[in-house]
Order: sequence, then C-alpha cells, then structure tokens
Amino acid sequence: MKLNVNGSTHEVDADPATPLLYVLRNDLELNAAKFGCGLGQCGACTVMVDGKAIFSCLTPILLLEGREIKTVEGLGTIDSPGPMQQAFIEEQAAQCGYCIPGMMMRAQALLQSKPDASDAEIQVTLEPNLCRCGTHLRILKAVKRARELMKTAAMTPASGERKV
Amino acid sequence: MKFGRFLTGLGALIVVGVAGVFVYAWRPEIAPIKPPERASFDQALIEHGAKLAAVGNCTACHTNPGGKSFAGGLTIPTPFGTIYSSNITPDAETGIGTWSEAAFQRAMRDGVGRKGEHLYPAFPYDHFTNVSDDDNRALYAFLMTRQPVKATPPPNELPFPLNVRLVLAGWKMLFFRDGAYQADAGQNEEWNRGAYLVNGLGHCGACHTPRNSLGAEKVSLHLAGGEAEGWSAFALNGSSPAPVVWDKDSLYTYLRQGWHPDHGVANGPMGEVTGNLGLLPDSDIRAMSTYIASIMGEPSAERRAKSDKLLEEIKSGPITSAISNDPSSGGKGAAIYKAACAACHENGRPQPFGGLDLRLSSTVHAPDAQNAINMVLYGLPAANGRTSAIMPGFADVLTNDQLNDLLGHLRQHFTDQPAWTDVVQRAADTRNGKYHVSVRPSDGIERGPSNIGAEDQ
Amino acid sequence: MNAPRLPNVTRRNLLLGTGALVVSFSLKDHAFAQEGELNVPAKPPEPVAAGPKLPGSLADTPSLDAWIRIDADSSVTVYTGKAELGQGTKTSLRQIAAEELEVPPASINLITADTAITPDEGFTAGSQTVQNSGTAIRNAAAQVREILIQQASGKLQVPADQLKAQNGRIAGPDGKSIGYGEVVMTDMLHVDAQPKSKLKSPDAYEYIGKPFARVDIPAKVTGGPAYVQDMRLPGMLHARVVRPPSWFATLKDIDTASIKAMPGVVAVIRDGNFLAVAAEKEFQAVQAMRALTGLAEWEEKPRLPNEQDLPAVLQRSESEQGVVAEAGGDFTGGVKTFSAQFMRPYQMHASIGPSCSVAHLDNGTMTVWTHTQGVYPDRKAIAQMLGMPLDKVRCIHTEGSGCYGHNGADDAAGDAALIARALPGRPVKVQWMRDQEHLWEPYGPAMLTKVSASLDASGKIVNWKYDLWSNTHSARPGSAGALLPGQLMEPGYPPDKPVMSITPLGNGDRNAIPLYSIPNLRVLWHFIADMPVRVSSLRGLGAYANVFSIESFMDQLAKEAGADPVEFRLKHMEDPRARKVISTAAEAFNWSSNPMPEGRGRGFAFAKYKNHAAYLALAMEIDVDKETGKIRVPRIVSAVDCGEAAAPDSIRNQTEGGIIQSLSWTMYEEVNFDNTRIRSSDWSTYPILRFSAVPGTLDVHIVDNPGSPYLGVAEAAQGPTSAALANALANATGKRLYNLPFSPARVKATLGV
Ligand code: FES
Ligand code: FES
Repeated sequence: MKLNVNGSTHEVDADPATPLLYVLRNDLELNAAKFGCGLGQCGACTVMVDGKAIFSCLTPILLLEGREIKTVEGLGTIDSPGPMQQAFIEEQAAQCGYCIPGMMMRAQALLQSKPDASDAEIQVTLEPNLCRCGTHLRILKAVKRARELMKTAAMTPASGERKV
Repeated sequence: MKFGRFLTGLGALIVVGVAGVFVYAWRPEIAPIKPPERASFDQALIEHGAKLAAVGNCTACHTNPGGKSFAGGLTIPTPFGTIYSSNITPDAETGIGTWSEAAFQRAMRDGVGRKGEHLYPAFPYDHFTNVSDDDNRALYAFLMTRQPVKATPPPNELPFPLNVRLVLAGWKMLFFRDGAYQADAGQNEEWNRGAYLVNGLGHCGACHTPRNSLGAEKVSLHLAGGEAEGWSAFALNGSSPAPVVWDKDSLYTYLRQGWHPDHGVANGPMGEVTGNLGLLPDSDIRAMSTYIASIMGEPSAERRAKSDKLLEEIKSGPITSAISNDPSSGGKGAAIYKAACAACHENGRPQPFGGLDLRLSSTVHAPDAQNAINMVLYGLPAANGRTSAIMPGFADVLTNDQLNDLLGHLRQHFTDQPAWTDVVQRAADTRNGKYHVSVRPSDGIERGPSNIGAEDQ
Repeated sequence: MNAPRLPNVTRRNLLLGTGALVVSFSLKDHAFAQEGELNVPAKPPEPVAAGPKLPGSLADTPSLDAWIRIDADSSVTVYTGKAELGQGTKTSLRQIAAEELEVPPASINLITADTAITPDEGFTAGSQTVQNSGTAIRNAAAQVREILIQQASGKLQVPADQLKAQNGRIAGPDGKSIGYGEVVMTDMLHVDAQPKSKLKSPDAYEYIGKPFARVDIPAKVTGGPAYVQDMRLPGMLHARVVRPPSWFATLKDIDTASIKAMPGVVAVIRDGNFLAVAAEKEFQAVQAMRALTGLAEWEEKPRLPNEQDLPAVLQRSESEQGVVAEAGGDFTGGVKTFSAQFMRPYQMHASIGPSCSVAHLDNGTMTVWTHTQGVYPDRKAIAQMLGMPLDKVRCIHTEGSGCYGHNGADDAAGDAALIARALPGRPVKVQWMRDQEHLWEPYGPAMLTKVSASLDASGKIVNWKYDLWSNTHSARPGSAGALLPGQLMEPGYPPDKPVMSITPLGNGDRNAIPLYSIPNLRVLWHFIADMPVRVSSLRGLGAYANVFSIESFMDQLAKEAGADPVEFRLKHMEDPRARKVISTAAEAFNWSSNPMPEGRGRGFAFAKYKNHAAYLALAMEIDVDKETGKIRVPRIVSAVDCGEAAAPDSIRNQTEGGIIQSLSWTMYEEVNFDNTRIRSSDWSTYPILRFSAVPGTLDVHIVDNPGSPYLGVAEAAQGPTSAALANALANATGKRLYNLPFSPARVKATLGV
C-alpha cells in the first residue's frame, strides 16, 4: 500500500495491520520514531498524522492510506535543522535523547495548530510522553524556544525551499 | 377602557403573584461567624466527616484540575449554561469560613446559601436533603478544618432568567422535597443504610437517573440510567447493559476496588467515585451494594443463563479472529480491531491493567454509543504518580468513518445487540465539543481536561 | 545556550585519514559499526604493565598509543574504554583531549568502548568516566604533545623549550612550524606513559570548562542513526524472546511447529528455559512472539518474599555482618538519644528504550553490538556462555537509551548472541518488549536502615550508630551466570554468588558513613546474600537510601537540638569544600527558618557522593495537598562541586536529570510483586514522573575548582534529593515519612484528616 511520509509517497510492502512504527523504522529506514512500550504509554513513537500527534506503535498502516505522515526527519536535516530541531540543539535538550523525537513531534503538532500555545499548554500537551533521564525542564525550554523560532520562520519569506 | 382595566388587573395580579413568590422564595441571611478553630471540633467527628465527604464526592466538583482541594472553580457545563463550582474551604472571604453549622445544615437540607440565596441544583441538594443532622455536623467539621484557600470562582454564565436565583424557588416548588431520609421499615438495616448512602450523600441518581427538560430527575425512572459529563451513566436497575449480571458481591468488589474482572475498570466520572470510595468502611460499601442489587432485582432465568454461559466461554480465552481483507465496513472494522485493539484486549492480561475482553464490556453492550466513542477517542490517560490502567486515545488516528467501522464490528462481533446507527454524527458532535466529555484516569480522584484532542471549533 | 558545535565524526572523516603510522591490523568490514570504527587500522590495547602508579586508567593501560593516535595527515584519534550513556562523554572527552593536544575538539575522532580496539576500562559506571578515562586521556595527550615537540625540535632545529604546540602544529619563535602528521613516526607513541605529565594550567584553558554543544545531539534530533536500536545490517533478522511469567519458572514441553509455520518466521529457538523466535520482519517476530507466549506453558514457583513485610524479610535474610566504619567507642555519652528506621523498596532503572542488541556469528567470530556499560566483562560472560574463546567474541558499545546502571543491556546482548549462534551468517537484532524490560531487568535492591544518635547539651552529635540491611548492589557480568540467557539455557549457569565487599568505593554501604564530624561512630552492613528478587547496580547504589536516611535523620536531630537545619549541618562539618557547597546552596535558595504558609515547606540536604566524589547540596520548596497527598515542587536550588568543571553544561544537565529522576523515585517508585510474580510490568503499573509533576524551577550552581581533580558527578544528586524532599515534607506538615516512596496514598495516610 501507499504511504505519504514527509511529503513523498512510498510504496510499502507490509501487512496492513503492521503498526506504523515498524514500517517507518524498518521499511523506510527512518530512525527518529522510537520503540518505547508499544502500548501507548510513553510517547517515544510519537509522529504526526494530518497535523496531529499520534502513537505510531499502535497505529496500523491500514488507517493511513492517503493521510499525511510526518516524522522528525521531515522537520529538517542535520545541516539545515528546522526550528524545532534548532531549538533542541540550542537548549541542549537531551541526555540519552531517546525520548526526544517523540517530544519534538508532539510539540510540533501543538505549535503548528496553536503557534501561541502558553507555557502551561505546552506542559499539559507533553504529559503523554515520558523521559527517564529527567530532561523535562530542558525539553520545556526547547519547546518554548521553538515557539519563538517557528514564528520568526513563519514571518520571514521562504528562504530556499525547505519545507518546515 | 376595558383593555386598560384588564391590564391594570393583570398588573396587580402579577405584583401580588411576584410578592407571593417572593415571600415563598425569600430566605433570611444567617449571621456570619468567625471561622472556627480546629480545636473546636472533635477529631473523631472530623474523621467521620472525611469519609462522608468521600461518599459525597465533594472534591470532584469543588476542585479544579491541578488546583487546591475544595477551592472550587471547576467548570460545570449544563444544558442551561455554565456554572462554576464554589470554594468550600473555610476561607472567610471567598470560601465558607463564615458559615455557621446552621447555615451549612440549611444548604444541605434546603439548597440555600448562607446569605439566603437559592443554590443551583448542580449542587445536588435534592439528594443531600436526605443527609441526617449528625452526618451534616461531621461534614461541617471536616470542611471547616481544611486548609483555607483564597479563591473566587468565575461568575456563572447563565442566560436570563436563569441568572436570577429567585427563579430557583420555582424549580424547587416543582421538583424539590426536603427532609432527611426516612428508613423503610420493610427492609433491613443494611438495605436502609445503603439506600441512605446511595440516595443521599452518594447522589448516585444525579448521574444514573434520567432528567426532564428542566433538569430535574425523573422520580419514576429512579436509577434507570442517565447522563453525566458527556458519558452515559448506565442503568442500575433491571435494564443494566452489563453482559454478566451484577450481584451484591460483584457490586461490592467493583465499588471497593474500582474494577471487577467481569466488568472492567471504572472510567469516566465513575473513576472518581470509586477512587473516593476507597476511604469508606467495607460495611458501608456492602450496604450500598445490597441496596443497588435490590434495585437491579433478580435477573430472569434466561439472562442469568446467558451470563453464566459467557463466563464459561471467557475462560477458554479470547475469540481471536484473523484479519480480514473484506472491504465492507464490517470487514474494515474487524481489521482495525485486530490491528489496533487486539494486542491489549486479547492478550489475556488480567484486570485492572489489561484490556478487557470486550464480550464483557457494558460500554460495548450499551444502548447508545456515547461511552464507546469516548473511550476510543480519549482512552484512559495515565494517572500521575499512581498505578492506573492506561488506554491510549485514538481521536487523532481514527476518522469518524473508521470509528464507525470499528464500533460496528465490536457491536456485531462481541454483542447480540443491534448496531448503533448514529456513530458518525455522535462522534462528530463529541469532537466538536457539542458534548463536553470529561476525561479522567481510571479509578482516580483527579480530572483531566475535557475532550482531550477535540478538534478546534 | 549558544555554544560552538562539534560536528559528529562520520565514516568519511576517518576514511580520509591514510598512512597511519602505528602498527595496524585489519578489522572485518561491517556495514554498521560504532562511530569511527569502520575500516580503521588500529592498535589493540596493550596488556597491563606493572610499573609506577599512573594517573587514571593509564594505570591499567599505560601505552600512549592505546589512547591516542596521530596519522600522517595530522588527524587525531582518541580511544576510550568508556561508553556514551547519554551523559555527554563523547563531548567532554574530546574537550579534554583537545586541550592538551592543542587541536580543535571538533577535529578529534573519538572511538568509544570496543573490545577489538579500545582500552579495557571496565564499566562505565560510578560517575567515573571523566575521573578515570578523562584523566588518562588528558595525561596521555599532554605526554603525546611533549613527544611531538621533542621530535619537532630535531626537525626544526629549534630547542624544545622554544616550541609551542598550536592548532595541530608545532611552531617556533620565528614563525616556522610543522604539522603533527609530519613529525609522527611509526611506533613513536608506542611507549608507556610517565607518571608525571606537563599539564596545562587552568588559566590557559581554551576548551576545558567552556560550554560545548554536545556532538551527539544534532544527529539525535534529526533522525540520524544513534542507537543500537537504529542498526540495520544487510540480511538482518528480527528476534524476540519469550520469557517465563515469573522467576524460577520452568518451561514444559512445547511443540513449536505452528509458530515455525507463521509468515516470516525463520527459527524458534529453545534452549532449556530460554525461548525465542526470529523472523524476517519485525512485526512478524512480534506476532510470532505473541503466539509463542500463548503456547508456552510454565511451571511456576512461589519463591518471592512478602512485599508487605519487607523490613522483617530483610532482617531475617541477613547472612553476614560487616563493619563499614568504627571510630571512638563511647556510645554512652550525650543527654538525649534518638533513633529512626528507614526503608527503600526495590526500584527500577526503567529505561525508556527497552534493551536491544545485534549479534552476528560470521566465520566463527561473534560480534555483538550492545549498550552494555562494560564491553570487556560482557564479552567474557558471553564467551563463557557460548563456550567460545575470548578472542572470537567482540563486543562493540553502541548507544542505547539511558541506562542508569546495570539494566537489561547485557542480558539482551546475551540473548542476541545465543540466538545468532543458532543462525550463523545472519545478523540478528533482539529488541525487548516493554514488559520484558520491566520484569527482567535487575532492580535496585530494597534497603532497610536504622540509625540512632545522641546529642550533648550543646546540641552536638556525640555518637552515631548506623545499621543497614541490603543485598549486593553489584551483580554485573563477568560470568555467564550473570546473564539471563546464561541462567535460562540448559545446562544453566548459576548466578554468581554475591559476596559482601567493603571498599572505599562503597556498594550497599556507599555513603553509609556520614561526612559530619562525629567522635563516636559505628556503621554496620548486614549483608543479604539471598536475592530472590534479582538486583544489581542502580544509579547511586546504596548512596540513595543511605543519604536519604542520614540526611533525614540530621534534620530530625537539628529539630531536637532546636537548630536550623543548615546551621546544624555546618556545625558538624569541617571539610571546607563541603561547607562551601552547603552555604552556596543555602544562599542561592535564600534559606531561612521563617514560617511558611500552611501546606508549604522547605527542605535541605547534602552529601559528598561516595564520600570521595562530587559535593552536592540542595534545597527545595514543596507544597503538600493534604486531601490528596500530592506533592508539588515549585522550586529547587542546588550547588555542586565536582572539582574542575570540565564541561559545565554537561554537569548541569546531569545534575538536573539526577534531581528529577530522584524526585520520581522518591515520590512514586516501588516494584510490586506477589509470592510468585513481579507485578510492575509497564508504565501503568510502575508509574514514573510525568510532565505535570516537574519542579517549577531548578537551578544548579557550579562551584568550580579549576585545576583540581575531576570528581564524578552523575549520581551525586540521587541521595540528597530524596532527603531534601523528606525534610521539606516534615517542614510543611510536621510529619516525617520514613518509608519510600512518598506516594500520594502514603502521604495522605500519614497526614490523616
Ligand atoms: S512506544 Fe508508542 S507509546 Fe510507547
Ligand atoms: S533524554 Fe533520555 S529518556 Fe529523555
């Protein structure tokens, strides 16, 4: 079946019941979304579908035909990081970093639909995502920083054709 | 002029009528007091009051999520407008610190505030009127020894004339009968204790009894199933949708621990209720179960046989189905269930942390789809710092059509009930906020925000 | 933070380096190798040489070229036996090497733990990476620099003392210079380190102590391969293990034909009680694992202790007694004696990413990519388990998610190796499921402590007796019996017999000796050898419970003495650095004894980790809701002295993380079990701190000591955080909690109505 991931269409040869996470990680070789629990309890696997943050570990691909899937890889590259990525680098918001891609995607979904989300909203929104290293405060700082960076990015006319 | 005289007459009548209503409705202020010292209350009385407050689930309405206990300010959406719960901490300025015990007793018995104002029946004084003077005294002792919090709730948002409290006098005249609980001599003590708790402080009927268009409980349909906070509160009488029949013991277990192996975990607003009941002595919970079991009545032989057969079938494990490639709605629903739900709902992990075998689910057997929609969309969020069943919500994954396919399959595969026909519309209305669904962790006394993940309107 | 960024080393950087001048041997080409390992001709570590005591890990691996390599193109490669565990090692070690070698940190290729090419530095644990490896690398780097200068002196015809190393070149006063690559010669660095090095003085530092952006973060936030979980080798199979439902369970006969017939399934492996399945695709492996779980029948044995009665269970299980410390001997003095008992339950590492490993049996060599904390000990255990010679097993450290001690990493590596042995030629990736991680990792041991002390009339502590009951906190591999698959296979290797060992490093007794000056003191470890609940090292080891007990009790004594808790501590503290850290934290917090509003309290605690590592003091303010028992933490201020602050942001990051993690342990965490089974199998049954409970603010003040030795810092916060919380709770409510965790239910029950 066909999946639209980060703006391009991929033909995927997998059982339609396969959770999106496995397809992303193995078939499409995208590393960012992580396996943490497979139970919807930790958020390590969070990606975006049609602009909303979802647990990819519990989302069978059969639900996703024709929908827009976005992962951390779609937010920018190592050489040209998107605002969310830039913010996490600037704030050095990672210890082991395993939980971070999930955090970024949940935050991205929030800020995309609500660019002025309050600090409190950011904190509440991230509740489903766990971090064991205790990086929480830096993650919050990074998301607040991303809120600023995304606004600036939105205001400056598109430089280059990087899609964010 | 004839017409003029008529008008004058009518005017006079209205004046007299209004005056009459006013006289009927008027309640005096009860003089403020200085907030009493803790030492003025007996510790045993305070502790007794704590248990009663748990039965009354006071904290549920009088605490805002994340806010201080009993400081009020919770948004309570009603069909008539929005009400904000009051601060019932003993703060003198913003709480009930200046209320004498008499003022408190009157509020519980008659639904009248200290200053003589009529209270909105969102405060369930139609039930609390049953509470004995002694129990009110204990509740008063408990509340007056809480930590005072300075907090004023936002003003209610009610249209005219509902924002005029005098109107409530009319409502009371029509629907409210005051007076403490009178024991039924034909029943034993345990039953009477149960009835007292269930219909009094417990105010079970506030959710489990249907209401009329003016928001009053339909007395003739006592505990026949109602609605609360965007959830169906299942019938507690003979028409209970539970596939396995309830009895005294299973009700006891469920109320005691917040879950039962044959029924699953309490969720929605009920999670808060069972979370609170943890404080109660076993005997009180037994009494409540005894009373409710008597309301449910003896199931028919046929119903019992069906229930027994189901329990027998459950023992041999889940009915696993292969994923179908059938493109019909049912086929798609089966595929969704198999792929997204079965990993938890068919893995045999016991209650309360495992997914319930849906053959046992009252939610899937219920007359309407609301609870099933709520559960699938919003799940059971994790409780903070407490073990709790967690179910992820699928609001952002499933379209309304996919949800319809899924629920269609559940209904068809796990029940003998007819298909729900309004899933797509109901789901849309749930998402767009027409129904305010309060979402909570299981068996917890904390609330989450409403309609988590709801689409922006 | 706006810091210069170090690019991560890529394969290409390394391939550019040619003409290495050290003796080399060739490694097999692997499609995925640890950072920088690929195609690198490299030096195996030298055997341990006897000699004068060398600094840091140089003592075990003295040869300079085991640590540093310089190629003809002047590129610099640094080897460490330590692993990146999310603590920023890859960055801080580069900073340290760069400082002495006079090259930009970004230009250094850093190779971490790999049994084929890096020194054996044991475990990456005990917050000793910078202390041991950093010290070794720094000294080696300084000596290499001096050797380079000596060589250049000959080539440039300029006396050595007029030459300076600068940006990868040696320069003379006349502006003449020569690149490192031009002066290196074969085997030039193949010499043993000298005991003394010419280290740069702190005021000349360019990189040490400066905030540097971590090298690994950009890849981690853009989807680069960063973890063993991200490895994909050609032809790789996906495997899943099926564990027993409980410890001591044995597998009954099983017919796995139906599983073998499932789509994609390549093999079902059974070896005694070890059961696993391998498939072509990951989801196929998951489905097969589920089916196999349903099929397998186990005989269970109820051998776990009674969870409700842990203090008694621990006391009953005592098998040996050891004296940790003894001083004075007069326990009769003082005017008043006080005592208390504290309890810490079993707690988990609970990594966010369940353990994972890739193994490949190729041509008789087993290569295992693992997020173990010790590649060499893990190799030894795996070799023994497989009956293979040591040199046929290679373990390469590849990052996993944060581990916080000995979690399932080694076991997963063992799983992968055991499965890969059955499937020669095909790489196998084993990914544990969430419940497997929760149920099978070795937990931090439950501990019981009892303390009694007397105050004299002036409010000084005159004697102190402390007793602790605990298992060992160290059951790491070394032998096959330390690996789960080693125990489960047939015939199984029995777990190593735990032994009590009392050393300055500390184990269950870590931080059991108060740092305060107390004339008469006795500390005993009641050792428990029996471990029906599997335990091993969890961040901080015994320090967490010991500091919790000592620092809770110090507050209790301060209260009895009518003294302010901070003053009381200072009154008993001589160590000037400890005093400095305590007063820094107190001042920054604006500590006072003024009463606070109802339900609010402040608490203080201090410890010097292991009594020889970082000093950390911490003050916090909390709000307690009596009705729900919930604790909120609006404010935390800490001060830390870990010697020379080589990488301040990393110190800050780890301290913040340690504090938040300890808050989670302290407020919520406890492994539940019944007589047979562990009940804490996921995040719903083992809740940890979520965003709604993070502290409002958290400040870390670094007390820098330029030029003084590095002191391990990563675990320093675990103990003080728990005690500060206990003290704040007592301050807020007048009631003290002695048993961890301070769950809402327990707090509510303690406070009453
Ligand atoms: S891996 Fe999906 S929520 Fe944990
Ligand atoms: S940074 Fe390690 S789990 Fe969050």
